[in-house]
This record gives sequence, structure tokens and C-alpha cells, in this order.
Amino acid sequence: MTQPGAAPAGLTPSQTVGPFLAIGLPWPDGPEAVPPGTPGAIVISGRVLDGAGEPVPDALVETWQAAPDGTFVRPARRRFGGEGSQGATGAAGHDAGFRGFGRSATDAAGRWHVITLRPGRVRAPGGGLQAPHLDVSVFARGLLDRVVTRIYLPDEAAANADDPVLAAITDGGRRATLIARSADAPGQFRFDVQLQGTASATETVFFDV
Amino acid sequence: MSAETYVRPAGVHPPLDYPQYRSSVLRAPKQPLVRLPHGPTETTGPLLGAERVTAADADLTTRHAGEPLGERIIVTGRVLDSDGRPVPDTLIEIWQANASGRYAHHVDDHPAPLDPNFDGAGRCMTDSQGRYRFVTIKPGAYPWRNHLNAWRPAHIHFSLFGTAFTQRLVTQMYFPGDPLFAQDPIFNSIPDAGARHRLISRFDLDTTVPDWALAFQWDIVLRGRDATAFEAEEAR
Ligand SMILES: [Fe+3]
Repeated sequence: MTQPGAAPAGLTPSQTVGPFLAIGLPWPDGPEAVPPGTPGAIVISGRVLDGAGEPVPDALVETWQAAPDGTFVRPARRRFGGEGSQGATGAAGHDAGFRGFGRSATDAAGRWHVITLRPGRVRAPGGGLQAPHLDVSVFARGLLDRVVTRIYLPDEAAANADDPVLAAITDGGRRATLIARSADAPGQFRFDVQLQGTASATETVFFDV
Repeated sequence: MSAETYVRPAGVHPPLDYPQYRSSVLRAPKQPLVRLPHGPTETTGPLLGAERVTAADADLTTRHAGEPLGERIIVTGRVLDSDGRPVPDTLIEIWQANASGRYAHHVDDHPAPLDPNFDGAGRCMTDSQGRYRFVTIKPGAYPWRNHLNAWRPAHIHFSLFGTAFTQRLVTQMYFPGDPLFAQDPIFNSIPDAGARHRLISRFDLDTTVPDWALAFQWDIVLRGRDATAFEAEEAR
């Protein structure tokens, strides 16, 4: 446990990814938390936008989430159980190919996407369950540290209404920034990251983790 | 609050809102961050690498037809957490400019030569003791347009995962004695001087290879895991 404000010995500070992250970080299969065509796969796509409403073409979006059964891809040594599954499953217990992790650099129009499975419900720190969600890191030139947000799904209204993280955000307009929108086709969702609010766009909620 | 809520140490990480770094002005959030209590999504994290990294990925000097120009260097160190434990088997990704201070990227228009034998990207996994080793070329300083006559001190970009979402870190390693530190807003965005200086590697005579390469040593400390939360999970 860390005391508030106490500096643990030697923590390495964050620095920006800068404008050239595309040299080192994207992978050809980065956006594929599951292979395209996997039954039940969903696609979440969106844009990263700045405080002038302009697209951010040099950002990287990363997602991390539970599998549909609420467990996490882990090696056997560190298993984590979801509420739905007695006895956690490690990597071997999941469909081969589910990575839990997606990574997408933005294109010239600020667009990113990941192909993944619906996350299951996991326990809440204070008891009960959280609604299905993905944790998201956004890196970009101009961000000296990553920013962290969450994606919730719009067709999980009952679970979302019970979710303690959403409930803690009392401003309805800001809370809505965490919930993806249904797009045209089934299994397609939209999630824009508004790094900084504008007159017409609400700033995405970012978390201190 | 419970052990599952971590409070960041003061002064170690740069503030997001730091106007001296011009690119932050339209990109840094203006609203206060919302505290996120740590549940299973935060105390776990992706375990990547072994299947996508080969030994050759750690040597940036042997991937092309010829050898890159510049000063060949070996960069080694350990990845630890702030509780002092090594972080084994974790993916490190690096990227950097060439010896002339030019990135192999279409957006970089610095009028310095590209090097056909250097792409500037590397990857490796830490070993069972958390150790890593790269062979590369010392990157050059480069100009940018942040302010009048602005130059970045030579640096290598590093990306690390650790074992939990909360440990994810992207940072930059610098070289000792760089005269450009004083005017660099990115380096100086770190409020605490001690923390800032932890980004500077150390010349490491012991690791140099005579007649072949100089060496620099740099340890990386990721934040501690919330041990109490981890143990509770593992006991389930
Ligand atoms: Fe750089």
C-alpha cells in the first residue's frame, strides 16, 4: 500500500509518445483482440478529437477487458476469476485467439477501431458487479502521460444503471461520454474520445488510476 | 479508501496541462480526473510478447543490408516495480531517431539524412530477473518547433506493460550530460528534480564491448502493484 503523496522509491516518470509512435508501437494485428470473423465478435470504432474539434492523427488507443465469461487472459500463475465462473480460467481456458487487448493507432482522420468480444461482468471493488466495460489508454503527441477512460455498451442498460463507476459520475452529460453508441449494423459500436471539451462537444471522462 | 485505490505520488509524473509543451494546449483534458477504484480490470493486464518477439528484434543495427551510421551503443537495465521486485517476461518496445536526429517517419521533415540501414524500432522481453538489453545507435538531438530554436535532447522512447493495466508506462530514456536538458519542456515537465533525473541513463563502462560499442545502463521502475488486492484475488 502506498501512502497518499508518498513517492515510492525510484518510480520512473511518464513522457509523451511524441509524434512518431507509429515507428514503434502499432502491430499489423493490433486492433484484433480476436481474429476477424470470430463468432460473436464486435467492432468498436471511433475518433480521437482535440479541443478544437480536430481529429488527432498521431494517437494510439489501447483496450483491455475481460472475456465474455468475466475472466481475464492470464498465465496459470496469476488467475483471476470472474463472477460468472467458479474457478478462473487462464489463457488456456479461453477460446484460442482471444487476447483481451487491442491496440489501434489513429489514421489521418483520427479514426481507430478494435475487433473484440463482449466483455463479461466482473466484481466491483466495493462488492457487487460492474457492468461490462473495456479499460482504455490513449497516448498521443501532446499528452505527457496516457489518459485512461472506459467504454461501456449501450445495450447493457440494466447493468449500466447498476454500475458503481458510472454512478459516481453525477453529471449525466459527462457520464454519457463513457457509453458507446450503437452503429448501423449489429455488433458495431461507435466511441469517440474527446480529449478536451469544446463549445459543442463534452470532454470524455478520464480516470485517475 | 481501500488498498484498491492508488494515490499517485506527488511530482513524479508530468501534469497533463503543461502549456510550455505547446502540443498539450489543445489536447490536455481540462476536467479533473475521476478516481477509479481498482477492480479486476485494473489489477490484470495484457501479457504480450513471447510470440511476437525474436532475439533479432533487440538489435537495431543488424536488420538491414548494411550497418547504420553512428555511434553503436548497448543499452541494458532492469525493469522493477516500486516494491523492488523485478518484472520478468514483460514486453519492452522502443523507437528512436537515427544518429543524425531524423526519424524514419513521413511526418519528420528535419533536413538531416535518413539512414537506409536504420528504422529505429526495437522490441525485447525482459528475462527471468527483469533484465533487458538492446543494441542500437546513439540517437541524435533534433529540432522541433515548440519554441524558438527548440531542440530535443537525445532520447530513446520506451513502452512497457508490467503485469497490470495500472503499470502501463510510456517514457523516454536520456543520455548523461546532455546540454539540452535545461531548455526542454518535455524533460522539465516532471515536477520533481529527482524523478526527472531518473530518466537519465548512466554510462556503463562494465558493459561496453572493447573495440566495438559503448554502453549505457538504465533501470525502469513501474509502480507497485496493489499487493493486498492481488493476494485477495489469488486466494479466491
Ligand atoms: Fe522523440
